[in-house]
Amino acid sequence: MYIIIVGGGRVGYYLTEALLKEGHEILLIEENPAVCEVINEELGSVCMRGDGCEVVTLEAAGTSRADMLVSVTADDEDNLIACQVAKHKFKVPRTIARIRNPKNKELFEKLGVNVPVISTNLILEHITEEVPTHPVTHLMELRDKGLEIIEMKIPAGCACVGRTIKDIVLPHGSILSLIIRKSQNPIIPTDSTVLMADDQIIAVTPPQAEAELRAVLIGE
Amino acid sequence: MKVVIMGCGRVGARLAAQLDAAGHSVVIIDLNAYSFRRLSQTYKGKAIVGNGIDTEVLKKAGIESAEVFIALTQGDNRNIMASQIAKHIFNVPRAICRIYDPLRQELFATLGLETISPTTIFADLLQKRVEG
Repeated sequence: MYIIIVGGGRVGYYLTEALLKEGHEILLIEENPAVCEVINEELGSVCMRGDGCEVVTLEAAGTSRADMLVSVTADDEDNLIACQVAKHKFKVPRTIARIRNPKNKELFEKLGVNVPVISTNLILEHITEEVPTHPVTHLMELRDKGLEIIEMKIPAGCACVGRTIKDIVLPHGSILSLIIRKSQNPIIPTDSTVLMADDQIIAVTPPQAEAELRAVLIGE
Repeated sequence: MKVVIMGCGRVGARLAAQLDAAGHSVVIIDLNAYSFRRLSQTYKGKAIVGNGIDTEVLKKAGIESAEVFIALTQGDNRNIMASQIAKHIFNVPRAICRIYDPLRQELFATLGLETISPTTIFADLLQKRVEG
């Protein structure tokens, strides 16, 4: 694939390095000439100096034949505009933008950025995973299918403890796909599986049903 | 008319004063309170410190009931993003956006933004002067 990366900071650098290793054709666009020079020395001639939001620069980069543009500068507005120019001027099929402010997600999606990646949330999720009091962890989003995979731990006081899967009412579209119990192999739940306190559940659910699912598996 | 202006530079401050004097209700936003020194003594509108691409700041500026939003910061991308927030998130009837880069201005005009490129206007003006 031909992938254009905008922004030669840490994220852009390591992303370029990783994607080059996977055998992709990569062009990194960076404004600062000194940064460009270092990248070209260390990763080979992959970095072009320029403003990735500018039509002229993107034209010189051959953006119209790019399969993907990933914008990872430090500024949300620059990432948005780079993706919009790529999408609307050069018809790039897939655009990915890094977002700092989680509030911008809705706008980015509305304006046609295919995958807004919210670094703040990614870090948050890793923190919440470490904190035992936080009962739900988002493991993965299946964007195209409108589903997410989440992990939950059933607290001792939950009304669902001691009941079979058949007896609890799950929200529409939600599925419990795996139960992990201390000192046992993971269990694929069936209708007759009895839920126990401290069960770790991996579930697939539409995001809009998440709150309801949480109430069933965590609520008292 | 209720107008929200983002960016209190020379143009922003002057426009705010003019609209205010003409009887419109004006709110101006800038990242830096020091910029408000440019506002005229007689300016009766509001001045808010904050980032205009932050929805909370825009709400504080009354964007939800604004009839016109004007983006006049030094950053093209910031102006474009703020105008799109005004238009697509808050449904402001008119969002006017300054974009220095003529190519970017052209593109976002085709995407439905009301854009002005001072670069194009000034270059055309100078050409006319030169050619008489």
